[in-house]
Amino acid sequence: MNKNRNKVKEPLNDTQLLMTITICIFAVMYLLAIVLLQGGFLHAQQILDMLNDNASLIIVSCGLTIVMIGGGIDISVGAVTSLVVMSCVLFINKGGNPYLAILLALGIGLAFGAVHGFLISYLDIQPFIVTLAGMFFARGMTTILSVEPQKLDEEVFNGIHTSIKSDLLGYRAKNGNVIPANMELGVVIAAVCVILIFVLLKYCRLGRNFYAIGGNQQSALMLGINVKRTRFATYLISGLLSGISGYVLMMHIGAGNATNAAGMEMNAIASAIIGGTLLTGGVGNVLGTVFGVLTLTTIKKIVVTSGLNQPYWQSITTGGMLCFFILLQSVVLGKRQKKKKAS
Amino acid sequence: MQEECLLKLRGIDKYFPGVRALHNVDFTLRKGEIHALMGENGAGKSTLIKILTGVYQMDDGSITIDGEAVSIHSPQDAQNKGISTVYQEITLCPNLTVAENMFIGREGGLLVNQKEYKRKADEQLQSLGIPARGGQQLGSCSLAVQQMVAIARAVDMKCKVLILDEPTSSLDDKEVNMLFSLMRDLKAKGVGIIFVTHFLEQVYEVSDRITVLRNGELVGEYLTKDLPQVQLVARMMGKELDELGDFGETDSAAGSDSPVFYEASGLVSEETNPFDFTIRKGEVNGFTGLLGSGRSESVRAIFGADKVTGGTVKVNGEEVKISRPVDAMKKGIAYLAEDRKRDGIIADLSVRENIILALQVMNGFFKPISRSESEAFADEYIKALNIKTASSETPIGSLSGGNQQKVILARWLLTHPDYLILDEPTRGIDVGTKLEIQKLVLQLARDGVSVTFISSEVEEMLRTCSRLIVMRDRHIVGELKGEDLNQAQVMKTIAGGEA
Repeated sequence: MNKNRNKVKEPLNDTQLLMTITICIFAVMYLLAIVLLQGGFLHAQQILDMLNDNASLIIVSCGLTIVMIGGGIDISVGAVTSLVVMSCVLFINKGGNPYLAILLALGIGLAFGAVHGFLISYLDIQPFIVTLAGMFFARGMTTILSVEPQKLDEEVFNGIHTSIKSDLLGYRAKNGNVIPANMELGVVIAAVCVILIFVLLKYCRLGRNFYAIGGNQQSALMLGINVKRTRFATYLISGLLSGISGYVLMMHIGAGNATNAAGMEMNAIASAIIGGTLLTGGVGNVLGTVFGVLTLTTIKKIVVTSGLNQPYWQSITTGGMLCFFILLQSVVLGKRQKKKKAS
Repeated sequence: MQEECLLKLRGIDKYFPGVRALHNVDFTLRKGEIHALMGENGAGKSTLIKILTGVYQMDDGSITIDGEAVSIHSPQDAQNKGISTVYQEITLCPNLTVAENMFIGREGGLLVNQKEYKRKADEQLQSLGIPARGGQQLGSCSLAVQQMVAIARAVDMKCKVLILDEPTSSLDDKEVNMLFSLMRDLKAKGVGIIFVTHFLEQVYEVSDRITVLRNGELVGEYLTKDLPQVQLVARMMGKELDELGDFGETDSAAGSDSPVFYEASGLVSEETNPFDFTIRKGEVNGFTGLLGSGRSESVRAIFGADKVTGGTVKVNGEEVKISRPVDAMKKGIAYLAEDRKRDGIIADLSVRENIILALQVMNGFFKPISRSESEAFADEYIKALNIKTASSETPIGSLSGGNQQKVILARWLLTHPDYLILDEPTRGIDVGTKLEIQKLVLQLARDGVSVTFISSEVEEMLRTCSRLIVMRDRHIVGELKGEDLNQAQVMKTIAGGEA
């Protein structure tokens, strides 16, 4: 009897269900891209490019996923990323050590996260308002630091803009030369972040508490969870990841500019939602978010390569995708509710 | 009688700004007993419970557990001291698994061992006979099972005192029985259970002892078997209630020869099977049946609150089409919805604004009701229905449940309906207000208004209705009137015996 009990296969929970859908859709998209765009998407470099360009987006999206699982929102992530890029560039150009700049990046991110977390958790202010203020503040600070775009010192940039190259995954050009596939260091950092957060969310007490406060805050309190501290932690982690994201973006583009990472927060929110994180909290998964970023990027690539390369086409498709996913989520979850009612 | 005292509260005082919520209240809970805590709304039950669970701090008095004086600072503190509470609203996280809900927030440490949780949860659930699996997502369980999971959590925390605050209000009869047998199990294991409920019958079914509070003061502690139900009600209300059965001279002949007001044949909505229904002018009838039998869905179809998909409807002999609530309102039909919080009140608006809402909708928004007019309406009904509110400008959310219900009633009465549908108008409100509402229904009927009354308390329906329509599994299975109108016959018909 007892043995049978343990063998019962549990149906997917909401989080797993939504993530599965996302991964399937990504696979379909990618196949579509391969078919439509005559093989360009077959090269490993294509995937690596997507990762290289979006490492920082993946990092902030992970932070946002945590905040959203906890039932909040953080729209300051793009602005903080941009501020970090600018600060680090100026710091290094003034002779600062590029490795010390990592601490600067983390410090700025943590500071924003801590202030947001404090205002939201302990003073009970709406997260949207608080992080909106944070966003304006960070954007303003970036412009104060420098109105002009600041290029990172060439030598330093070459030093930190390292990539991992592989001939095996490379691409044979028409003249017979092998162009090695390259993956930037930022992708590795992003991967580490994703893995750490995955473990945090799945196996750590703190991570499970994120789900609890997002599922039902009142209940979480009654269950003995320190809701305030837990919520504070979500914003702190999101801030920290914005800091990391800023450094990664700097390694990628090597220049500070007030318009860096413009609209990144919105892409991050979109990615998280596409990845199966519910805006209402309590449901979500960081792997889903990664696939959310990749799905979004694939679609944008398809749009661009099919000749619609004005930026508004990308916006329009992003909007369409988001609508589609939200509809899909509500239909799937609604069906579940109905099934439960009927049984 | 030398039962072991588990929990002793002595001389508890609690003040809120301007109000004395509790004054010199004593309460004693023994090992292995089910102790009902009774009182009308505002009697201080919730305050007492909240002091016990550490949500509020008492201003004076003492608490002893197992002979040891304690003070309780927070809900966690209460749990650590062995006092667990299961609230009316489920206070678990529906997005987590059953096992996690049982163990989350209980211990420190960095990592969680999901497998271990699942194993321990399965063990505990099995030993308590709760039909859930540890790995299941909590949200996929029925409400009753969720509540039992909450109890399992409490049991697993080795609670000595289990407080059940209105645990049965959203359960159907079968689930209530499941809960009761679980309660008896725990009682046998020596847990002391404090049971707070509005349902008198359940108190008599399951409890050993009753403590009654009134106006924040202790009325007394009684053995359940020594306190007849009428006496209990009298203690709760603070007056001898000879009039309990007194006003209910239901004139079963009333309306039996007056003209038919509303007639539906083959009416069907998305939520119902086709059904026929008529009501005469000045008649009071009722839909009865178990929760989920389709009684609410039927009246929602009559009012057009659910999408009507077929059937013909006649009002005053004239065929009409009612597909939206506003159609029904224009034909003089009013509907007081079951879920007061969701479908009834708009918590942040004032009593006055809540009252004029339906009339405003009927008039259309381009004919606003003037301020002075609406104030006059509000004052009239506050007086007529004896609504206890500081003023007509008080937000309705700050009123007690019974008074909120009266405001919603006033909202519909203001439209001067010919046909009033009341869906569970007395749920979760105190006995005094219940009687007032029942009286009001009969008064309206005498004035020629047709009323359909739905309540889960059969007794209440027997007192007010002259005809009962019995439903089971979304079908009308019987219609009782005249001498068939008694509890036994109703139960028999609901259960499926021949009517």
